[in-house]
Amino acid sequence: METTAEKPNGIVQLPLDELETPPLSLGQLTWRRFRRHRMAIFGGVSLILIFLYSFGGALFISEAEANFTATGDRLQPPSREHPMGTDTIGRDIMARTIYGGQISILIGITAMIVEVLLGVTIGSMAGFFGGKLDSLLMRMTEAIIVIPQIFLLLVMAKFFGGSIPNITILGRTFSGSVVIIIVIIGITSWPYLARIVRAEFLSLKENEFVLAARATGTSKREIIFRHILPNSMAPIIVAATLGVANAIAAEAYISFLGLGVRPPTATWGNMMESAYNYIESAWWLWLFPGFLISMTVLSINFLGDGLRDALDPHSRAA
Amino acid sequence: MEHIPLLEVNDLRTRFHIAEGTVYAVNGVSFRAGEGETLAVVGESGCGKSVTMLSVMRLIPIPPGEIASGQALFRQRDLFKITENEMEHVRGREMAMIFQDPMTALNPVLTIGRQIGEALRTHLGMNEQQAQERATDLLAQVGIPDPARRLTEYPHQFSGGMRQRAMIAMSLACAPSLLIADEPTTALDVTIQAQIIELIKRLRDELGMAIIWITHDLGVVAGLAERVNVMYSGFIVEEAVVDDIYENPLHPYTLALLEALPRVDRRRDRRLRSIHGAPPNLLIAPHGCPFAPRCERVIEHCKAENPPLELVAPHHKIACWVDVTTGKPR
Amino acid sequence: MTRYIIRRLLQAIPLLFIISMILFVLMQNMGDPLATMGGRTVTKSADRERLSRQLGLDKPIYVQYLYWLIGNDWAKADLDGDGIPETPGTRKGVLRGDFGTSLLNRGVPVTKVIGDRLPNTLLLMVTAELVIIVGSMLIGIYSALNQYSTADNIISTATFFLYSLPIFFFALVVMYIFAVNFKRWGLPYLPTVGMFEPQVGKTPAQVAWHMVLPVATLSFVYFAAYSRYIRSTMLEAMGKDYIRTAKAKGLPRPEIIYIHGLKNAALPIVTVVALDLPFLLGGALVTERIFAWPGTGRLFLDHLARNDTAVVMGLLMMIAVAVVLFQIVADVLYAWLDPRIRYK
Repeated sequence: METTAEKPNGIVQLPLDELETPPLSLGQLTWRRFRRHRMAIFGGVSLILIFLYSFGGALFISEAEANFTATGDRLQPPSREHPMGTDTIGRDIMARTIYGGQISILIGITAMIVEVLLGVTIGSMAGFFGGKLDSLLMRMTEAIIVIPQIFLLLVMAKFFGGSIPNITILGRTFSGSVVIIIVIIGITSWPYLARIVRAEFLSLKENEFVLAARATGTSKREIIFRHILPNSMAPIIVAATLGVANAIAAEAYISFLGLGVRPPTATWGNMMESAYNYIESAWWLWLFPGFLISMTVLSINFLGDGLRDALDPHSRAA
Repeated sequence: MEHIPLLEVNDLRTRFHIAEGTVYAVNGVSFRAGEGETLAVVGESGCGKSVTMLSVMRLIPIPPGEIASGQALFRQRDLFKITENEMEHVRGREMAMIFQDPMTALNPVLTIGRQIGEALRTHLGMNEQQAQERATDLLAQVGIPDPARRLTEYPHQFSGGMRQRAMIAMSLACAPSLLIADEPTTALDVTIQAQIIELIKRLRDELGMAIIWITHDLGVVAGLAERVNVMYSGFIVEEAVVDDIYENPLHPYTLALLEALPRVDRRRDRRLRSIHGAPPNLLIAPHGCPFAPRCERVIEHCKAENPPLELVAPHHKIACWVDVTTGKPR
Repeated sequence: MTRYIIRRLLQAIPLLFIISMILFVLMQNMGDPLATMGGRTVTKSADRERLSRQLGLDKPIYVQYLYWLIGNDWAKADLDGDGIPETPGTRKGVLRGDFGTSLLNRGVPVTKVIGDRLPNTLLLMVTAELVIIVGSMLIGIYSALNQYSTADNIISTATFFLYSLPIFFFALVVMYIFAVNFKRWGLPYLPTVGMFEPQVGKTPAQVAWHMVLPVATLSFVYFAAYSRYIRSTMLEAMGKDYIRTAKAKGLPRPEIIYIHGLKNAALPIVTVVALDLPFLLGGALVTERIFAWPGTGRLFLDHLARNDTAVVMGLLMMIAVAVVLFQIVADVLYAWLDPRIRYK
């Protein structure tokens, strides 16, 4: 008998709803499906580990150590004293990955917040009101999407340059470029989310529950925020999750190309900036930060994938 | 009925292994169809009527499907024992199948002409031109006007009824001895339904082929079939000549089905009768009579043991422990 | 169909104008172009003034944009500083094909600067795209036909992993393995710098050998992504009812897979490939930087770093035009290939 591996084509109707087991709530269904997605769990766990490393590691190693230059010790391979080696001016790489990680993750999350705020606002307005406002906003959106994000980021990074001076919060000094990077990543990423939100609004707007709300005189603001928006949370959450990965990667790319976060602040990306000059002599320069960036992005992607499966209300089979 | 059946199915059991467990779709089905005979298989959704015929055609995806046991003797050759290659020679050539929804059953990116011609080229070795000529004839035969132009068109350019006609043309291309029709009119308007049924009857008479007509609609069966198998939960529960099914149904399920049919000649203020209870859960291995939970004439024995399909009158078999006329065990 | 194309092209024009304006404004604050042109020597203030007027930098920004767009050979600039404009400009403007001259490569037209490097990038991109399409088709179809097998699971994890890797990390890893370590281990190793060995010269063999790592770097992300996408479209197509009909007709398996299945599965992929193609340029930035490939990616980085606004604008407009054009191509291609759209 043949052994083709094809999907079942739904010949048999399975009356699962008629089983004697009690029906599960939407939250329970979501959790069960998420749990089945082992990769998402793996992603979640490794993100927690990375987070602990970057933020918890700060409890053991001070920032001063991350910035402590000892040119006599430069380019040392990993040793007991410097588990990840030292860089071109003798700084301990492990310490720098801890503090650099904090900045990279911070940038990722904050840029995502900017992206979500802008994207949801613009997308919902365009989708809900339609007409001329929609055309105008979509023109803007298209104009940004047409240029690949990295080109825009590089140009803007050059444009804004070092226009913000160093900031000191809670006793720590950050380069002003961190804020700039966050803003420009947010500004160049919102169109992707805006398109998704707009599409959701366009389709949900026609649904009967919206018609019912309008028929009872609900204000436009209430319709947007209390009726339509909660129903479009699923793709927004997924896009936001993946947006963090994209932001971390974007920061890494422009820092790697030399136009990202500037000294004195370290990020995983700018740690790799000149690493390829030393590829033959010092593999530890790029392997550790590069691995951390990759693992973070990968884990977020797994998580986002799992979230997408779990939050999709269309397939309810648990 | 013929002496040597064209198709003989013996104790067919088909299952599906899915995440939630095993679906017992077909649980010991046996029947015969003779040359040129029209057999109807009737039952509600999920009773296993489609899966039975798909198993015979070996179109069940394996995995997750499994033909656990049984034989399907086509002209005395067990289809379950031949290779896939040999089966490919049977499908389309000796046995053909048409499906419920012609929009999804036809490939949207290939022309109708191509889809009809494929069978001709594969099984009858025709070249492109011969195939196209024959396809044109076939389209004309099924009543599609301007067939030569229609050949170059795509399924979405046809109306629902015409698509089903094209499907019929496609299946009859190689003049098979057996046509399996899986609810071919369910997705069509009632008027088109009648036309398609007439078309198939005409072609059947012209080509002398046997038909197994799967449907959930007892109304369709009347003018079309010679014999009827009634199925429930993967079993055949009644098998009879078509007139007997309507005039003398002997299985409680068949009775209930007939009662449920809305009828013009009944009093209008009467409530429609439905069959109480829920359709069977196919994830549970069958034990006892499958209709027992919903049967109005159920007795203790029904829950304990599944009645076998037995002859109770000339050409009339049922699987039931009870005599419906008296209500007593037979 | 032709009307549709013309309509799309006309719609694209205002978009391109808006983009050019936004970019132009961004460019203005990028640093002092006069300092760039002066190079190491500090320019004398009188020279600066003259240059400034010659380049039209003393005019308001919208006039500068106008000059950029339609040239200034119809206007006169006051070069001798007496308050009376007398010297006509020399630029014809972008709409007549003149993108100005590079500020870095003094006097060389931007179109030439870009044009010299463009073929090198196109070579990488076209090769990469071929590798992507062929490779992902093979892997995607194989995975779909062997769903849930061990191979499929491994491929699924591997592709997910690859497509999450930043390009520069991948590049460094493959460099490290195939160039550095192979060399150490005495194996034939892949080169990592430039298009060819200067001593040997620019032969096809040299270029091909030098292209291996850059093409791999440029293509792996899309290769991984498309493999997954093709797997999913194939699975969807193979699960459709018309496949069951094809089987019921007794058609041989390869015909069912490639003609009935693939023809349907490939439709959305064509669109995706066409839309993504110009975005390959973004990957080219990093790839060319790492492998010192003399293409437009490296050109962009070098000239951006030195404030050569003319060349940077030229490159950005070229990319914008390419993206918009390919969007139209993708739509037209899909409409043409899908009979459901092509015929009514």
